[in-house]
Amino acid sequence: MKTYGYYPGCSVRSTSKAYEKSLLGVFKALNLELKELNDWNCCGATAYFGVDKDMAMAVSGRNLALAEQQKLDALVAPCAGCYLTLKKANEYLKDHPGDHINKTMDRVDLHYSGKVRIRHPLEVLTTDAGVKAIAAAVKRPLKGWKVASYYGCQMVRPYMDMDDPYDPQIMDHVMEALGAEPVDYPYKTRCCGGSLTGTVEEVGQRLVYMLFNEMEKHGANAVATACPLCHFNLDAYQSKVIDRFSKGFDQAKGKKLEPIPILHFTQIIGYALGMEPKQLGFSDLMTRPTRLVAAS
Amino acid sequence: MDVSRTVKYESELDKGFGQRVMQHSGCPKISECLQCGTCSSTCPVSLYMDYTPRKLMAMVKAGFKDEALRSHTIWLCSSCYSCTVMCPAQIKITDVMYSLKRMAIEEGIYPKRFPTPVLAQAMADIISRNGRNSEMGVVMEMCLKTNPMGLLKMAPMGMALLQRGRMEIKDFFHRDKIKNRKQLQALVKGLKVKEAV
Repeated sequence: MKTYGYYPGCSVRSTSKAYEKSLLGVFKALNLELKELNDWNCCGATAYFGVDKDMAMAVSGRNLALAEQQKLDALVAPCAGCYLTLKKANEYLKDHPGDHINKTMDRVDLHYSGKVRIRHPLEVLTTDAGVKAIAAAVKRPLKGWKVASYYGCQMVRPYMDMDDPYDPQIMDHVMEALGAEPVDYPYKTRCCGGSLTGTVEEVGQRLVYMLFNEMEKHGANAVATACPLCHFNLDAYQSKVIDRFSKGFDQAKGKKLEPIPILHFTQIIGYALGMEPKQLGFSDLMTRPTRLVAAS
Repeated sequence: MDVSRTVKYESELDKGFGQRVMQHSGCPKISECLQCGTCSSTCPVSLYMDYTPRKLMAMVKAGFKDEALRSHTIWLCSSCYSCTVMCPAQIKITDVMYSLKRMAIEEGIYPKRFPTPVLAQAMADIISRNGRNSEMGVVMEMCLKTNPMGLLKMAPMGMALLQRGRMEIKDFFHRDKIKNRKQLQALVKGLKVKEAV
């Protein structure tokens, strides 16, 4: 069994518990072990870089140094925000040895020599376990599921080592392997608005609406996400956003958008691997995939 | 009708501003901006900005310090890195935005009742104290400082989250903390030392 360091981040412990539940279940089913980083602190996300750069690098640096101390050579971060932030700090600290931040970290027993690799569970599942192994483990093929894979921004940009920054495919390949029909649409990596949905509603919620419009226009009846913030924006704001904007540019087609279930990609994999909706936290969702579950 | 001058005289510009931003952001490539507008066209929020990213780059280079630092543009950037990846001059525009945000905060000229800078500072503050974020804590603080009535509007979603166990009553009072806060405080203190020199 392969073991990886695990960096949960704040969201999977509050509004996205179902993501962690399903992630742990799927990793276990595919014989991969996640070992939680002891005493991890929050990554600071994008917010911290706009307030204090040194601190932003150092708080993430603390997690990297702790990982080294705890002999973890990789940290798996399920949140795209954590994934990017840890990666950014990782590059910076490696590129600036002996600078003020590295030196200060040394002084408080947080020496970091740059050996930790930051990974996203989607990438671990597709490269280390492999799409073929996932396909072989399917017990419940997802007949009738038309899934729009939504990658969002920070998993594919600015570090483009996982997949194409504008037209990524790996999540689609996974959905195909599960027996679902992958839906191709143009806004796969367009921003979900991040925290703007709650801060500057008109801007953030409009972005969410544009995503739904494209996903549904191309025939999706479910959406897969790989980031708790993307998930929250699409899932929790869905009905609000449809009410607010549907009267606008969609009326010409005479059709109001319908809420569709938004799932963490690990929930979809878990379901296809035969886990029960309860184990996967389906009941946590605002729009539950009741019809799809009944059909497959 | 008030008539005022709409053009700035060259003598009113802050000529060293561009250079300072390049240093501050670690992004010297700003000087190579060719004003192609790729950033603005790929930006998902540029249509809401007071200055588009292309314009902002030109303003930084030319020394329109006050306009750049007081703009809403920098606080609307959602850090999606689309411009950074696309820029033919390899300007790390997202990092330039971060730099301008920090400068605006340092100079105290960010829009005080605009939610994004308030949220960012609340989050940075709670993480440097506790080591852990509190989604509930920072949202409450942001609302109280910018738009207290906004809390009422959030009630229906809060109820739905409570019903699904994605939010708990204890979240209103409890703040998650790391064990080794002493180390974190030492880190915060240590980093500040340079600023004093």
